[in-house]
Amino acid sequence: MAEHETHEFDVVVIGAGGAGLRAAIEATGLGARTALVCKSLLGKAHTVMAEGGIAAAMGNVYPEDNWQVHFRDTMRGGKMLNSWRMAQLHAQEAPDRVYELEEWGALFDRTADGRILQRDFGGHRFARLAHVGDRTGLEMIRTLQHRAVATGVEVFMECTVMRLLTDGGRIAGAVAYWRESGRLLVLRAKAVVLATGGIGKAWQVTSNSWEYTGDGHALALWAGADLVDMEFVQFHPTGMVWPPSVRGILVTEGVRGDGGVLRNAEGRRFMFDYIPEVFRSETAETEEEADRWYDDRKSNRRTPDLLPRDEVARAINTEVKEGRGSPHGGVFLDIAGRKPAEYVKRRLPSMYHQFKELADVDITREPMEVGPTCHYVMGGIRVDPDTQAATVPGLYAAGEAAGGMHGANRLGGNSLSDLLVFGLRAGRFAAEHAGALRELPAVDPDQVEAAEREALAPFERDEGENPYSVQQELQDCMQELVGIIRTEGELKSALERIAVLRQRAARVSVGGHRQYNPGWHLALDLGPLLTVSECVTLAALERRESRGGHTRDDYPKPDPELGKVKVVVRARDGEPTVVREPLDEMPDDLKRLFEEQ
Amino acid sequence: MASYDVTLRLWRGDAGGGELRDYTVPVEDGEVVLDAVHHVQATQAGDLAVRWNCKAGKCGSCSAEVNGKPRLLCMTRLNVFERGEPITVTPLRTFPVVRDLVTDVSFNYEMARRVPAFAPRAREADGTYRMQQQDIDRVQEFHKCIECFLCQDVCHVIRDHEDNKRSFAGPRMFIRYAELEMHPLDTNDRRELLGGQMGLGLCNITKCCTEVCPEDIGITDNAIIPLKERVADARYDPIAWLAGKLRRRATP
Repeated sequence: MAEHETHEFDVVVIGAGGAGLRAAIEATGLGARTALVCKSLLGKAHTVMAEGGIAAAMGNVYPEDNWQVHFRDTMRGGKMLNSWRMAQLHAQEAPDRVYELEEWGALFDRTADGRILQRDFGGHRFARLAHVGDRTGLEMIRTLQHRAVATGVEVFMECTVMRLLTDGGRIAGAVAYWRESGRLLVLRAKAVVLATGGIGKAWQVTSNSWEYTGDGHALALWAGADLVDMEFVQFHPTGMVWPPSVRGILVTEGVRGDGGVLRNAEGRRFMFDYIPEVFRSETAETEEEADRWYDDRKSNRRTPDLLPRDEVARAINTEVKEGRGSPHGGVFLDIAGRKPAEYVKRRLPSMYHQFKELADVDITREPMEVGPTCHYVMGGIRVDPDTQAATVPGLYAAGEAAGGMHGANRLGGNSLSDLLVFGLRAGRFAAEHAGALRELPAVDPDQVEAAEREALAPFERDEGENPYSVQQELQDCMQELVGIIRTEGELKSALERIAVLRQRAARVSVGGHRQYNPGWHLALDLGPLLTVSECVTLAALERRESRGGHTRDDYPKPDPELGKVKVVVRARDGEPTVVREPLDEMPDDLKRLFEEQ
Repeated sequence: MASYDVTLRLWRGDAGGGELRDYTVPVEDGEVVLDAVHHVQATQAGDLAVRWNCKAGKCGSCSAEVNGKPRLLCMTRLNVFERGEPITVTPLRTFPVVRDLVTDVSFNYEMARRVPAFAPRAREADGTYRMQQQDIDRVQEFHKCIECFLCQDVCHVIRDHEDNKRSFAGPRMFIRYAELEMHPLDTNDRRELLGGQMGLGLCNITKCCTEVCPEDIGITDNAIIPLKERVADARYDPIAWLAGKLRRRATP
C-alpha cells in the first residue's frame, strides 16, 4: 500500500458549499466529530456564485404566500415528478432556515418595515426570494463558513475524495488526496454526507466551475447506491454568450424578476409565443398586462419572461435556431430600456460589473446577449426524503448531489433553500446514525490499495493521452449529443463516444510530480465525469418523452405513463444500468392543492 | 474572431525557488489572463499550478500579480496590455509559495479563526429581526468581500515583513471586524482585541488595500478609519474606560 495518513471521524462531509456547510454545522452541533472536506479553499464552492436568492414562503411581501403555494409551485415546475415529500419538507422548513442565517449574521435586503425583502423569480407565484442584491450566494456561504468555523468543524481544504470505502455493504470512510502535496489519506467514518454539487463540467457551455465533475454522484454509484432522475439537466436560459471566454457564465434570473425582458433580433418579446397550456391561465397574454403585473399582481398575470427555466431555455433555443437570434448566437435581455440606471446598479450590481468588465457592455444602456448554459442537474443520489439516507447504509446526500427534490425541472431560488433544508437534515441523520454505531466500520486494505494504485497510475505511463484533451472531447460530445434537445440516435452515438473516451482516459499520463499538479487532478476527475455522462445518457435514452429538463425531438410530448415513473440508475457488475420505478403516491390532502387552482 | 499570440512570462517553481519562463499561446479577442494561463496548461504545461473557480470575479480564487500588480486573473482582460509585450504573472508575494502561481494563504484562515463570533441580540416579540435598509447598507458593503486576499497581498505592513504577521490581522480581517462591530444585531465588543493583538494601529492608512479591491470596498475610509476611531474611543474615553472596567468586574 502507498504511504498515507489516517484520520477518524464520526461524520465526514464531502463538499463545502451550502449543503455541506449546513450539514457539518448540524452534525458538529449534535456532538459528532465532523470533518468537512472540500476541493477548493473554504468559501469558494459554487454556492458563492448563486445570485438571485433563497426561495422561502415567509410572506413578507405577499402575506397570501404560504408553504402550500410554494409546494405547488415547486411540483408544477418539476412537472409533478418531484418527490412530493421532499418538496413538502422544503416548502415548510425553508423560512426557518432563512431566519437562522439571519441569526448567524446574514444581512438580507429589507422591506420598508424592516423585514426581509423578497423578490420575484420564474415559476414562483409570489415574490418569494430572500436576497442580497444579486450576490445572495456569497452572503449565504460566508455566513455558513463563519458559523462552521465558530462551531469547530475540522476542515480539510484542497482535498479531493476519490473513493468511498465500504465494509460489508455499509460506509466505512473515504480515500482522498491533498491537492497541495499529492499525499494520500484515509478518512475513516461512521457516516458520510455527499454534498459535492453537480456535473456541469461534462458540458462545454456551462455556468459551473472546474469543481463540478460529478464526484458525489459517481462515488455513490461506485459504492452501490442508486441515482435517480439523471436525465434531467437544467440549461439555464440566460448565460453570457460573448466574448467566447465567458460563454456560459450565469446572468441571474433576477434581471427578469426585476423587470428585464427577452427580445429576439426583430425586437419582439418572443416569450408570448411560447406559453405552455399548463401555465396559460396564470400568464399574461399581452405586453401591457405583463408590464402592469410588476406593480399590480392582483388584477394582472405574470410575464411569460418568468416562466420556469426549461420553458424559457427551449424558447431561446428555438428562436436562435430559426434565425431570430442576436449577433453572437443568443437573444437579447433588456433591462436598460425599462428601468433607470440607478435602479439597475442597485439591484444588480454584480451583473453590471460582470458585463462591464468582461464584455464591454453597459447594461444600463444596452441589452445583454444571452443564451442557454448548462447550470444544474436535477438528478442525483437517491435519498430517503426525510433523512437524506442513500441506499447504502451510512451514506447520506444533500443539495445538488441528491436527487428527487426538483423532479424534472428546478425553479430558481429553490436550490439555496434546498441546500439549507436538506443539508441540515443530512447532517442530523448522519450524526444520529454515527451515534448509534459503537465502533468505526473496518477498513478493507484492498479497497484502499486499489484506489491508491489508480490514483498514481497516470504518473507511471509515458506518452499517454493528455487529460485536458480527453475532457474537452467529452465536453464536445455532451454538448453536441446530450444537450437541450436530444434524439435516440444522438444519445446512442454519445454512448459510443463515451466508451471510447473511457478507454482513452485509462491511458492518460501526466508530467511533473504530485505537488499541486492540475493535470493530475484533472486526470483523476475524468473518472467521475465519464461515469455521470454515461448515467445521464442512459437515463435520457430510457425516458422516451419530453418533460422539464429533458427534451426528446423524437418524442416531443409528455407521456402520461412516464409521468408516473422515475428512472433509477444502478451499478450492476460495475456497469451502470437503468430501471423504472413508480413515483411515491402523494397523499390526498396534498393532491387537493392542485385541484383548487 | 481575431486570434493573436500572447507571451506569458510565468513564475514556475516552489518553496525551494523558481524562475520566470516564457510561454506563447494563441488567444482570442475578449479573453482574460486566466484564459491564457489555461491555454498554457492544456497545451504546454499540464502541471502548471493555478487556483481558480468561478471565472467571473465572484469567488476570489485566482489572485496573482500581473506585471507586479495584484489582480484577479479572471477579471484582467488581455487587451489592456501592449500587444507584443510579454505579460508577467507571478504568485502573491505576501504569502509563501506552494507551487507556481499557488500560494499558502492559510494565514488568512488562521486569522479568521481568531475573530470572536457574531453574537446577536434577542429577536423582536414577533420572532423576527427588524432592521432598516439604510442601517445595514454600510455593513452590506463589507459583506461584498470575496476573500481574494489582494488587500492582504498589497499591504506593506506584512508584504515585506513576515514578522508582523504575528501581530497584524490585515485589511481583509479589518473588514470582517468592521462588519461585526457595525452589525445592528451584534453584541460582542472586539475593540480591545483589535487595538491589541490584531494590530490595527500598525495600519498607517496608505490606502493600497482600497486601490486593489476588486469589489471596490472602501476598506480604509469605511472600515479601518472608523475602527481606529472606535478603538481610540474605547481606550481614551475615561468614562467608557471606567464603565468597561466595572462591567468586567461585575461579570466574573
